[in-house]
Amino acid sequence: MSNTDFALAVEDLTVSFDGFKAIDDLTLYIDRNELRVIIGPNGAGKTTLLDLICGKTRASAGSIKFNNTELTKMAEHKRVRLGIGRKFQTPSIYENLSVFQNLEVSFPKGRSVFGALAFRCDDEVKNKVQAIAEDIGLADKLDTEAGLLSHGQKQWLEIGMLLMQEPELLMLDEPIAGMSARERELTAELLKRICQNRAVIVIEHDMAFVKQIAHKVTVMHQGKILAEGAMEKVQADPKVIDVYLGH
Amino acid sequence: MNFIKASIQRYQLGSLLLLVLLLAVVLPLSLDIFRLNLVGKYLTYAFVAVGLVMVWGYGGVLSLGQGVFFGIGGYAMAMFLKLEASDPVSTKIQTTPGIPDFMDWNQITELPTLWLPFKSLPLSLALVVLAPMALAWLISFAMFKRRVGGVYFAIITQAVALICTVLIIGQQGYTGGVNGMTDLKTMLGWDTRTDGAKYVLYYVCVGLLVASIVLCRWVQTSKLGTLLLAMRDKEDRVRFSGYDVSNFKVFIFCLAAALSGIGGAMFALQVGFMSPSFVGIVPSIEMVIFCAVGGRMSLVGAVYGALLVNAGKTLFSESFPDLWLFLMAGLFIGVTMAFPMGLAGLWEEKIRPWWKSRRQALRDAAVKRPAAAAPVVPTATPSEPTLPDGVGSQRA
Repeated sequence: MSNTDFALAVEDLTVSFDGFKAIDDLTLYIDRNELRVIIGPNGAGKTTLLDLICGKTRASAGSIKFNNTELTKMAEHKRVRLGIGRKFQTPSIYENLSVFQNLEVSFPKGRSVFGALAFRCDDEVKNKVQAIAEDIGLADKLDTEAGLLSHGQKQWLEIGMLLMQEPELLMLDEPIAGMSARERELTAELLKRICQNRAVIVIEHDMAFVKQIAHKVTVMHQGKILAEGAMEKVQADPKVIDVYLGH
Repeated sequence: MNFIKASIQRYQLGSLLLLVLLLAVVLPLSLDIFRLNLVGKYLTYAFVAVGLVMVWGYGGVLSLGQGVFFGIGGYAMAMFLKLEASDPVSTKIQTTPGIPDFMDWNQITELPTLWLPFKSLPLSLALVVLAPMALAWLISFAMFKRRVGGVYFAIITQAVALICTVLIIGQQGYTGGVNGMTDLKTMLGWDTRTDGAKYVLYYVCVGLLVASIVLCRWVQTSKLGTLLLAMRDKEDRVRFSGYDVSNFKVFIFCLAAALSGIGGAMFALQVGFMSPSFVGIVPSIEMVIFCAVGGRMSLVGAVYGALLVNAGKTLFSESFPDLWLFLMAGLFIGVTMAFPMGLAGLWEEKIRPWWKSRRQALRDAAVKRPAAAAPVVPTATPSEPTLPDGVGSQRA
């Protein structure tokens, strides 16, 4: 595969589970500084696509390149170290640790065994935690046990944990699921702030929210890309209306 | 002063100091040397229990084969002592003098290569720690890199324990078989069987145990300790935060193995023999019970667990030898059902809050009494403001 200027280049990607192709010959490019929203009906392969990019699932064929580095054979933690962050669909935080510890553990230093033993929570770490906590609106909850946070706050915390690592590509799987209207607004603002200097992929169902944040929308259906482009254009596409928006 | 206070709190040194006081002062003063030697033997299991707190409590990986590492450490020590006890003079009636008696009985005429390192004390001591770690690394690296965990890992460790027992018993000529290594007498000419030596060995054992607890406490308070807790909760999140999860599990498993090895070596020194009955499945599970009873999140608790269960074992198995195993099983099930965090959990969650609230009530009563004696403004009884922990004790 040739090299590109894109942050992420997915080419001819296929994955099959017992013959069923969850992702079928898919090609997708994400620009730097772009916020891309992926929509599509259930079972379209959206989450599987993120799984493939972050390494949770192995590709059957095709290529995934991040800044022109081939990812398909790489271990998960190495992909993260290259600058790929992924938020899971259900908030995935350390419930027994405090908010501060959740963010501290995500700081990208001391990642080896002996590095972790020697790691000291110095001012650099503390300042970073403080800055991120303010960004995600949890600055006054640093000492709270994470399990006691509301659902929406857990979602923010997980986004914050990713931001601690300064990823170049951020993938968010349904970040506003289970949030109140007010929380959704705050999340939209947060996403707009954090997509500076990095590429962001968001999977979302809420059309009003998508309209608010998306630079470009990709519609997936049965493991393939059905349409791609600006929200208005995609919404007007008869194919899209047929499989998704029309229902 | 504040720094000392803060570090005492951070490393939970208070409970550790209490333990040291008990082990190093109270018990030696109140028990005769025979009983103290028994306590010393129990404490060697406490090394394993402390290791299990790290690997099971913190790492979330249950190992049912810690006896293997205890055994390797014990055998490494015993092999050195056995070689010293088998000098040519005291074994001159053998067909081949100068080799351990059981080798002679098994028609072995030359010291096997495997035994050669155990002629040197420093090498033997190094192997007490390194040999268990090497085996632990081999097992855990193979398992954790393939993401084998949970029940499957527990079963595999159990299989390893079984294999080791079979191997030791089967290779009589090299290991002493089912009898193990007996008649251990001296270490570099120092007779380990005298009362004086038993006192010294007891204190060495206590010292090493305390050092192990401090080491583990340091690991717990480092970022690695936080990561272990995080992994136990959401392993995938840790992995997708850029950590190679398996390396951390391998590390903690090797640490626990090294501690178990030290325990085994102290066992061989204090008890004077080593046999496969401390290696297999049953002793390995017993060690997990010590840890569970003491509290699998508490290093100090694990020591109390090992002491209490073993004391109970000695007490009950003297009077009701048949019932002991049932009692042990009942204890394990009872503890995990009723208070899953063991004795330490019982202390932290039930006894301490109860004691605190009682003290608070007493203090409130003391404040109210003079207020009641002044009947002018009865409504203005000053209510004791609730104080943060630590402050109250200064006022009291």
